[in-house]
Amino acid sequence: MTITHTDFVAPTGREEQWRFTPLARLRGLEAEAEFTGQVGIDWDPTDCRVERCSKDGIRYEPVDRVSSRAWADISEVVQVTIPRERAGGPSVNVRVKGLGGVASGHIRIVAESFSSATVVLTHTGAGAFAGNVDIVVGDGASLTVVSQQLWDADALHLGHHHVTVGRDARYRSAVVTLGGDVVRLVSTVDYAGPGGDAEMLGVFLVGPGQHVEHRLLATHTEPHCRSNVAYKGALDGDGAHSVWIGDVIVRPNAIGTDTYELNRNLLLSEGARADSVPNLELETGEITGAGHASATGRFDDDQLFYLQSRGIPIDVARMLVVRGFFADVVQRVGDPDLEAAVLLSVDARLESLGLGRIDEGIDS
Amino acid sequence: MTELHIRDLRVSIDTDGGEREILRGVNLTIKGNETHAVMGPNGSGKSTLAYVIAGHPKYRVTSGSITLDGADLLALSVDARARAGVFLAMQYPVEVPGVSVSNFLRTSVTAIRGEAPKLRTWTKDVKEAMNELSMDPSFAERNVNEGFSGGEKKRHEILQMELLNPAIAVLDETDSGLDVDALKVVSDGVNRFRERGDKGVLLITHYTRILKYVRPDFVHVFFDGEIVESGGPELADILESEGYERYVNKAANIS
Repeated sequence: MTITHTDFVAPTGREEQWRFTPLARLRGLEAEAEFTGQVGIDWDPTDCRVERCSKDGIRYEPVDRVSSRAWADISEVVQVTIPRERAGGPSVNVRVKGLGGVASGHIRIVAESFSSATVVLTHTGAGAFAGNVDIVVGDGASLTVVSQQLWDADALHLGHHHVTVGRDARYRSAVVTLGGDVVRLVSTVDYAGPGGDAEMLGVFLVGPGQHVEHRLLATHTEPHCRSNVAYKGALDGDGAHSVWIGDVIVRPNAIGTDTYELNRNLLLSEGARADSVPNLELETGEITGAGHASATGRFDDDQLFYLQSRGIPIDVARMLVVRGFFADVVQRVGDPDLEAAVLLSVDARLESLGLGRIDEGIDS
Repeated sequence: MTELHIRDLRVSIDTDGGEREILRGVNLTIKGNETHAVMGPNGSGKSTLAYVIAGHPKYRVTSGSITLDGADLLALSVDARARAGVFLAMQYPVEVPGVSVSNFLRTSVTAIRGEAPKLRTWTKDVKEAMNELSMDPSFAERNVNEGFSGGEKKRHEILQMELLNPAIAVLDETDSGLDVDALKVVSDGVNRFRERGDKGVLLITHYTRILKYVRPDFVHVFFDGEIVESGGPELADILESEGYERYVNKAANIS
């Protein structure tokens, strides 16, 4: 059975999965807008294979109207293939640049069995982009995918990121959303065999008027798999809005499942709003662990007092706390260079929001 | 010569049941080269005194003054007090997720000194100070107070005191929760600090055991928001054998 976009009707905003999204700002991506714009996709030279290929024969299942329309529109995908048993090495860098207008795109990442790699997707530029990413992590493979949304302030990005985690495979994703007017990413995880491990990390910084929405769904159908979600966001300014939905379903045969989801949001000013909805559906009790935590709050006065009592001025103390708040998640990416690069992007965004800059205090 | 003056300090806190006075007229002068121990039972207000000196926003000073070398500390923000030379070693140091000890120390020393430390000497200073406190070098890469044991938290406080080099160090129950070995390590740190000269130390403690390692010049008994008795180190010995009961009883007799 193939799902086509005609299976999804245009949302009205009353649907559960669309109720938080500002449909009026989607420029028709969710309805009938024609894909007449363009994105440029390019990549750095790499020892892995990156190529454009026909979508024929690729099995991809959209999850909503936008992802199905994008899938219907494209004729070719950009495919990254990590060769079997590749033992790590430099990351594969793929850049998606919005060139204006309403555009679609599809990136496919295949990590063959027992390979190891990091793929970094960086989104920049303008326009409205419906972009899907589908990922296959082969048996015993280890794949990290970083997706950075560093869009111009008026850009729109709706996407579906799907991963199938193979037997004893390890998948780690880091979603970094810092720019754009509306960014809405749906991340879904399936398991193709027992022993799969998916760690999904996210950091987002939402400025005035920005809408940033991350929806995650992990469906445990195989025994002894793990899913771990940790998303942290900071919101600043009037109309800053974030949405985090963390759904986990554990099917009856997924015994020994270990799952945990966490979302923390830090409100840096009045007028910002964070919606956070974790949801866990257990169809078996024979699991190793299942839990979730969600909290939205302001600065912790005790943390600020502690830092200030060491001579650190209040604005620097706030920056330290915000950076630390994010670093706490970024530190789990597992690649120091990449972690530093992500934190630099976060810093630049904090600075552009007028939240100051930390003097690292090193004078060699 | 360093001089911290506390004059007729009255402090209140807002509670659900209205305003409550916690400090009821405290007078205390601490000079450089002096170590003062403030001892008292739980709830006597001695920790409040520490936090008020550091400037915690929870407490409201209703009258009196605190000056350091003539400067009005009460008029300064928390960070400005630290830069003026006040250090508070906290009883319950706060976790700061995602901020490494090394980044934290560098940021605070830069703030205190008004300029970034030279990389080479700084790395050496930190390493030596940590070594003297028997702290593993890997400590510097951990997040501030996150997952630290009680002893590690207190060593980390003393490490900061040694690196930030304040004029006045206020140690709030630094001895609580320490085993004997850790207590010695921490006390050695305080003594090294005192030997630098012209350092004032205010040791706030419930027990006398730290006073065996850090000999105070003056001992004050704190009860119900004020100093009810002051003396030399021998007063600590009396408290050791008699406890706080006679102050408690005296208060009971009066009321």
